[in-house]
Amino acid sequence: MVILYTVLKIALMIAFTLNMGAILTWADRRQSAMIQDRVGPNRAVIKIGKFELRLAGLLHPLADGIKFVFKEDFRPPRADKLLFGIAPILAVASVLIVLAVIPFGDTLCLEGLTKAGIPVEECARNAEKGVFPLALTVAPMGIGLLFVFAISGQGIIAAAMAGASSDNKFSLMSALRAGSQMVSYEVTLGMSLIGAIMLYGTVRFDEMVRWQSENAWGIFVQPFAFVLFFVAAVAETKRVPFDLPEAESELVSGYFTEYSGMKFAMFYLGEYMEVVTSSMLIVTIFLGGWALPFLHRDGIHVTLGDVDLIKQLGGMLQGGMPDNETVKAMATTGVAPLMHWGVVLIGVLGFFGKVLITCFLQTFVRWSLPRFRYDQLMRLCWKVLLPASLANIMLTGVGYLALKSLGPSVEPTLKVLSDLAQWLVALIVPFIVIRGVIGFAKNKRREVWKVGSSSAFADRPGGTTVGPMQA
Amino acid sequence: MTVTFPKKAVSARAKAMHVEAAERNITTQVYIPEVVRGVAVSMQHFFANTKEMLRGERPDPVHERLDPGISTISYPEQKRPYPERFRGMHRLTLRANGDPRCVACLCCSTACPAQCIFIEAGEYAEGDPRRGHERFPVRFVIDELRCIFCGFCVEACPCDAIRMDTGVHPVPYDSRDQFIYKKDLLMSFVDRDGGRRDDNPRHEPGDASHPGIDRTAATH
Repeated sequence: MVILYTVLKIALMIAFTLNMGAILTWADRRQSAMIQDRVGPNRAVIKIGKFELRLAGLLHPLADGIKFVFKEDFRPPRADKLLFGIAPILAVASVLIVLAVIPFGDTLCLEGLTKAGIPVEECARNAEKGVFPLALTVAPMGIGLLFVFAISGQGIIAAAMAGASSDNKFSLMSALRAGSQMVSYEVTLGMSLIGAIMLYGTVRFDEMVRWQSENAWGIFVQPFAFVLFFVAAVAETKRVPFDLPEAESELVSGYFTEYSGMKFAMFYLGEYMEVVTSSMLIVTIFLGGWALPFLHRDGIHVTLGDVDLIKQLGGMLQGGMPDNETVKAMATTGVAPLMHWGVVLIGVLGFFGKVLITCFLQTFVRWSLPRFRYDQLMRLCWKVLLPASLANIMLTGVGYLALKSLGPSVEPTLKVLSDLAQWLVALIVPFIVIRGVIGFAKNKRREVWKVGSSSAFADRPGGTTVGPMQA
Repeated sequence: MTVTFPKKAVSARAKAMHVEAAERNITTQVYIPEVVRGVAVSMQHFFANTKEMLRGERPDPVHERLDPGISTISYPEQKRPYPERFRGMHRLTLRANGDPRCVACLCCSTACPAQCIFIEAGEYAEGDPRRGHERFPVRFVIDELRCIFCGFCVEACPCDAIRMDTGVHPVPYDSRDQFIYKKDLLMSFVDRDGGRRDDNPRHEPGDASHPGIDRTAATH
């Protein structure tokens, strides 16, 4: 039974990441087109009789996939056979293995799905009776974060192997660049998280998320680390503005220049899947993972310092319906109870939604910024980001100790602050949605420019005609 | 005496296109505020263009091409109109009875710098009123791949028989022989307004307006 659940979890994670990788290739093209005032690819089509299915270009990844499968699998004659073959596998594997430790939902208590949340400890206590807790992580490991760093470091080896074995000077150059860049940014990547680990007091991802759902999201307690981690994560995925290993203008296409067919697709998709996994890490560590504001394991708590809104709402409703169990519970405990499966499902959807938004943001960064020069890249890493992350560690430590030495007297203030952070998130999201709807409904006035003979000619009947087809 | 020219008014468009060089100050050196600004600009374009795409309100690529927004021409479905005097594909103009106006004088093929026109001239049958006055093209072939669209053939034609006012260009075919346009095809083309306009009225041999001179009197 446990194995079946594990297989299901693996299937969910892998399916999400692979599909997101494919969709991100589409998003990259189409989103960049929208940013740059172009139309973008929309020509891949499935024709059934008169019916045409275009899906705004979403069939392009599919067409790409078919093309990759049927392309010639070329290997340079003097390439190292073994390393050349292994490198793409390693590149994808290092991305996919990271998925194992990322939690995508709260721990599920299988026997109490329709009851309001049972605490995890309660669930574990009844494990002998068959009520075991099902962690929504493929492998709930105690070393979570360390495992991620250990595995994502293997990506360097894949890039270096691919470049060194392809018997091509550009690939070799790119492998050197990729190696030094990724090793450098790995340091910042790790260092920027030390502050967060100090606050959360754990390297387990699920406990990090629990800390964030009880207090405030990581982005509020460690804003500095969030920026550093975001930059380092973009650099780790080797995308613009840090795409020095690929550098189309200098190194053809870098360490996978010599690859074709499915092997190339593995590098190409691996890069996009890395965007997904790095987004998952950002979401888990800084954006609250599956936690949503006010949504807790047993239901909805809405508080602001000492004021408990649910309790007050329950008190108000109690006058109208005094026999209602839910209202009674609200009035006494300050919790609007929700069924366990509903809470977990909302959490899972919230996690994947946050991942989507983060991927979307990463694409925006990729299409907004110019590239670095190689020395600038290294200077940014060693002279700016690394000292900044060390300073962040120190500031966090000092701040943490200062708050601790003040004792329990600051706790009410901290509670209000963390509630404010939750309120901020809970209010910003509807605001953005409403703003988007209003913006979509607003009409735009256009100016007509009658310039040039082509404009004058377009007004004439028969202005543009389609040429005849012979034969 | 000094001549003062009126100052040229700066149009709104020129003002909008004016780009200022970035200044070095604290926000550009810290980098992150500028990154946020850059991403915000991309987002403005993204959301504005996506909205137009979804509502089907893309600007007209000809009349509104200077307005912000996507002004791509989706080529085979949409085409940029050619200017008034665009030299497009050739067509052979027709007489009232549907024959080509061409008299196979070979002026166009002589004038053609690319030598892409081939005409095989034929004599009218004995007893035809046109015999001796003019000939007719048995074959009239233009190799559109050789043609450089200079328009010399149109200039050279004494009877307004060949024109380049179709307003279309040769479509890309998949083999070279499809670019060899023969007489019937050239005669089937119409001008860009869909008509068969020609100038210079024809004077058919035998009409009162025809001068009546024929080649039997010629010494060469």
